Order: sequence, then C-alpha cells, then structure tokens
Amino acid sequence: MPPELLRMIIAAVLVVAFVFLNAMILGYMERKVSAHIQRRPGLMEVGPHGVLQLIVDGLKLIGKQLVVPEGSNKFLFRLAPVLSFAPCVLPFVVLPFARKLQIVSMDISLIFILAMTSINVIAILVAGWASNNKYSLFGTFRSVAQAVSYEIPMLLSILSIILITSTFSLQGIIAAQKYYWFILIQPLAFIIYFISGLAETNRAPFDMPEAESELTAGFHTEYSGMGFSFFFLAEYANMFTVCSIATVLFLGGWKGIPLPLGDYTGIFWFMLKVYGLLFVMIWVRWTYPRVRFDQLMTFCWKYLIPFSLANLLITAVLVKLI
Amino acid sequence: MGDQERGKLNVHSYSAELQSRLERGAPGDLVVHDPGPLYKHKLADDIFNLCRANSLWPMTFGLACCAIEMMSLGMARFDISRFGSEVFRPSPRQSDLMIVAGTVNKKMASAVMTLYDQMPSPKWVIAMGNCAISGGPFAVEENYNVIEGVDKLIPVDVYVPGCPPRPEGLLEGILKLQEKISGVRHPFPQRKISDAPSY
Repeated sequence: MPPELLRMIIAAVLVVAFVFLNAMILGYMERKVSAHIQRRPGLMEVGPHGVLQLIVDGLKLIGKQLVVPEGSNKFLFRLAPVLSFAPCVLPFVVLPFARKLQIVSMDISLIFILAMTSINVIAILVAGWASNNKYSLFGTFRSVAQAVSYEIPMLLSILSIILITSTFSLQGIIAAQKYYWFILIQPLAFIIYFISGLAETNRAPFDMPEAESELTAGFHTEYSGMGFSFFFLAEYANMFTVCSIATVLFLGGWKGIPLPLGDYTGIFWFMLKVYGLLFVMIWVRWTYPRVRFDQLMTFCWKYLIPFSLANLLITAVLVKLI
Repeated sequence: MGDQERGKLNVHSYSAELQSRLERGAPGDLVVHDPGPLYKHKLADDIFNLCRANSLWPMTFGLACCAIEMMSLGMARFDISRFGSEVFRPSPRQSDLMIVAGTVNKKMASAVMTLYDQMPSPKWVIAMGNCAISGGPFAVEENYNVIEGVDKLIPVDVYVPGCPPRPEGLLEGILKLQEKISGVRHPFPQRKISDAPSY
C-alpha cells in the first residue's frame, strides 16, 4: 500500500471519529452548562456526573424506528441527512491543529472551508422540502434566508484579515500573527464574524429555524432516529469549524506558551481556544432570548453589512498606507 | 406538488378511529412492517434496553393542570435531567415518551391519538393524574365530553395517580418505566440514602 493512501485512510478515520467525539463532548457540555446556568445539577446518574449520557442517547437513536412519512419525496428525504453530514466532515481535513498536525495543506484552505460549510444550507433546503411538512418548510425558508444573508458580513470580515495577510492558507495566516493576535487590530471584524457564525450555525439567539415554540423542530421535524442525529452531528461539527476559523484568523491558531514538542502539542492551545469559543456560544444560547425574524434580518442588512464594509474600507486604506 | 398528487395523499380520519377505539378499546401494539433483526442476541437487546431506559425523551405536550407539575419536574428543584430525560422534544418523531398530563376530552382525543401514532417505535406512555387514568372528577353521570381514561385510546405503560401528582410522583413513574424497560431499578446501582450526594 502506498504511504499516501495509508495516510489518507488513517486521516479519514480519525476525522470522522473526531466529529463524533466532538458532538459527544459538545452535547454533554451543552446540557451540563445549561443546567448549571439554570442552577440545576444536570446529568448526574448515567456514569459519574452523567458522562456516559451522550453514548446512551446515541445508541438509543440508532435503535429507533426510521419513519419515512407518506407523501414525502422518499429519495431526497433519505439523502438530506447524509448531504448535511458529509460536507461538515471535510473542513476538518484542512484545519491546522498544530504546526505539523494538518492532514492536507492547501493554499486555498480558507475558501475550501467556507465552500464546504455553505453546502449545509442546501442540505437543509432538501430536508425541509422533501419532508412535505409545513413546519419543515417554514423552518427551511427561515434557515436559508438567514444563512444566505449572514454569509455576506462573515465573508467581508474575513476579507479584512485576508487584506492584511494576503494569503488564504491557514498556516500562513497563523504565521502572520507572529507578534500579536489579529483580534487586537481587528476587534470589529472578530465581533461581526462571531455574530455571523452564531447565525450561520443556527444557534440561539438566532435559532429561528428550530424555534420550538413556533415551528415544532424546524427543518428536521420529520426526522427520527439516525436522520435526526446526523443533523445534530452536522450542527456541532459546523460549530466547531466556525470556532476554529475564528481561532485561526483572530486568536493565533495553535500559538501559545511554548510546550515541549511544540510542532505537535500546539493542538492543546488550539483546542483550548476553540472550546473556549464554543463555551461562549453555549453561554450565549442559554442567556439570551430568541430574536424575531425581522429583527434578525434588520440586524444583518442594516448594521452588520455596513459596519463590515466600513471596516474593510478602513483596513484597505491602512494596508495601502503602511 | 401538483393537485393530482395532493389528492392522492391519504388523510386519516381520526373521528371514525376515535369512535372505534372508544367502543373496542385501544389497540395493543402498533403493527409495524418490521422484518426483525437478522441476528438476535440477548446481550445486544439488554444493552439497547438499558440505553432506551436511560434516555427517555418526553414530548413537549401538556393538556391540563398536571402539565404544570410536569414542567416543575424539569425545573431546578426536581430536575428530571439527572436521569437524562430533560430533552423535551417538540417533534413526536424524535421523542420516546408521551406523558399524558391532564384531562383528555373528545375534541383533544384525536390530537392525542395522532401524536401517539406519529411517534416512532419503541415508544411508551405515562398517564399522569386521575383524569388521564380514569376521568377523575369528570367520571360522573352528566359527563358528555371527557374520555374516561386515556387507556381507551392508546396503550398506557405507567399510571401515576394524584390530582395532580407531585413532581416526585411523576419522577417515580419515570423510574418505574425505566424498571419496566430494562428490568433493573434505576439509577443503577442503587445507593443508600445516606450515601446520596448532596446536590
């Protein structure tokens, strides 16, 4: 077997395993953090402090009956969870976990990640449309409108970093933050990126597509068992991707206090920063109420896009002058 | 979707179904076209049942005043999430447990039956409160609109009496259901009260 093929197989297995592990960690974190924010103990009885709960939930979801509703488009209905899950795995291939821990190093890795995370919108559209359910369809409309509009400020805020570094390679961007993190010179871009990231991954306070009180469960209303858990995995994988881009662009990626074997142990700092940002996401979810849909759109088009455009302009002028 | 296709959709009429269930009783088990597993193993079944028992996701679904006690069970003082069942799913497709919390009247009966039929197997039902068990205070001669017991409509696993039962009562009902599913009383292993951690 050629070594490159072996490398690819090992990488694929590791990446998929990590996506599942990440969903388990985040699911546990979400439930435990929400419990402590509401002054409850949270998961307690399944394993010590409930650490086995997510494994148990996963096995239960595997054992559930798969319902394909009558009147739905059977093929698209079954295709949608896979379509949602598969592109969410791919960004992990180019993420720089440490100086030498990167599966594929591409010059355009940032564009690759953004392209892959955008496919999720199509999966949501397919899921909602194929379900032939009014709640699914409304959830889909909201989700697609939201994701398409929030893509613009997200890309504009990323572009202001690209102007400074003039490279799309993630390792290159990390290398450019040699003396200071970009959050110090681009705080507005970071805030805009993080807010758009929350909206992009359908997290509260922008979780309109899954608003329980109005739309049952949004686009995955009709999905049971593993179909539902694929959407769940994809959501958490997307959250991880968004936070790791934020880490790479604004927080210096794997850079931190030097550890022994720094080319590999940089993963510690990377994970610390990413899970710190993920904690903030969960914190925001359980602290802020959900916004109305027109407020959501107004906020994007009237505030985030003008501010990110102004930020981009100022950055461009300053880069030209300096 | 065209008009022709829409005409083909089979919309089930629950008013006829309600009448037949009231006369002939609830169907025992839902008939599912299930070829069964290729290979059955007792250990695997045990593991799955243990998992099912420990991850009962109830449906967000309250009918009357008992629902207030059910919500209270989700809140900080009683905290159903210790047993992993705080995930109140809004969609019946993703829930395992239906807590019939309150009075079921004839107008609501079709909705209850629809929701039960929409849940994927394996699924369980807890009848919470006297109204859901037997009609409670409504089981009188003049009653014209209350179903006297939800078990006339759907099969019920655990009955939790009370008017309304306290949240501890419902919690005990859920623990009984876990015992019914997996054969051992949860939380497993049982602790002595003196050993219980102080939350």
